[in-house]
Amino acid sequence: MILGKVIGTVWSTRKDENLVGAKFLIVRELNLDYSPKKNSLIAVDSVGAGVGENVIVAQGSSARQTNLTKNKPVDAVIMAIVDKLDISVKEKVEELVETK
Amino acid sequence: MTLGKVIGTIWATRKFETTKGYKLLLVQPLNGRLEKTGDPIIAVDTAGAGVGEVIYFVTASEAVIPMDVDMAPVDASIVGIVDSINSELN
Repeated sequence: MILGKVIGTVWSTRKDENLVGAKFLIVRELNLDYSPKKNSLIAVDSVGAGVGENVIVAQGSSARQTNLTKNKPVDAVIMAIVDKLDISVKEKVEELVETK
Repeated sequence: MTLGKVIGTIWATRKFETTKGYKLLLVQPLNGRLEKTGDPIIAVDTAGAGVGEVIYFVTASEAVIPMDVDMAPVDASIVGIVDSINSELN
């Protein structure tokens, strides 16, 4: 999954009829230090996320694994609202594995 | 599957029903030489991995298979912890 921030909402009445009833939010991708990345996407909300909240987005066919998005043309769904994030391994990824 | 290193943890009390009970870990994908490749991702932990460990994870809708739920909006899950690697790459 990816980390993102909800920056807006999309309303659309003329759309694929399968999408009626789904709430579309605009999510900007974030780095793990919460700094914004260039990319943003439209995701269906499945946990009641609001604008300004940091969220976790699942993409691809996994996005259809909810009864809200099952068999619908959806490839991104907000599946969690972030409480806290902690990165404890910051130094260069040194080799941790005994390699023969 | 892809190699990765667990670099941290992310907590979310408000999350999709069927993912409750699973830890969400931050994973830095690694290549065959255990070098960083690509941006870190968030993965469900189904293997009991700890921070700092080298693991491998599965992506796309196959990521839901190791979770004992029928459906979950999850596109990455840790399925194993690496003991050692023997490859001509390193």
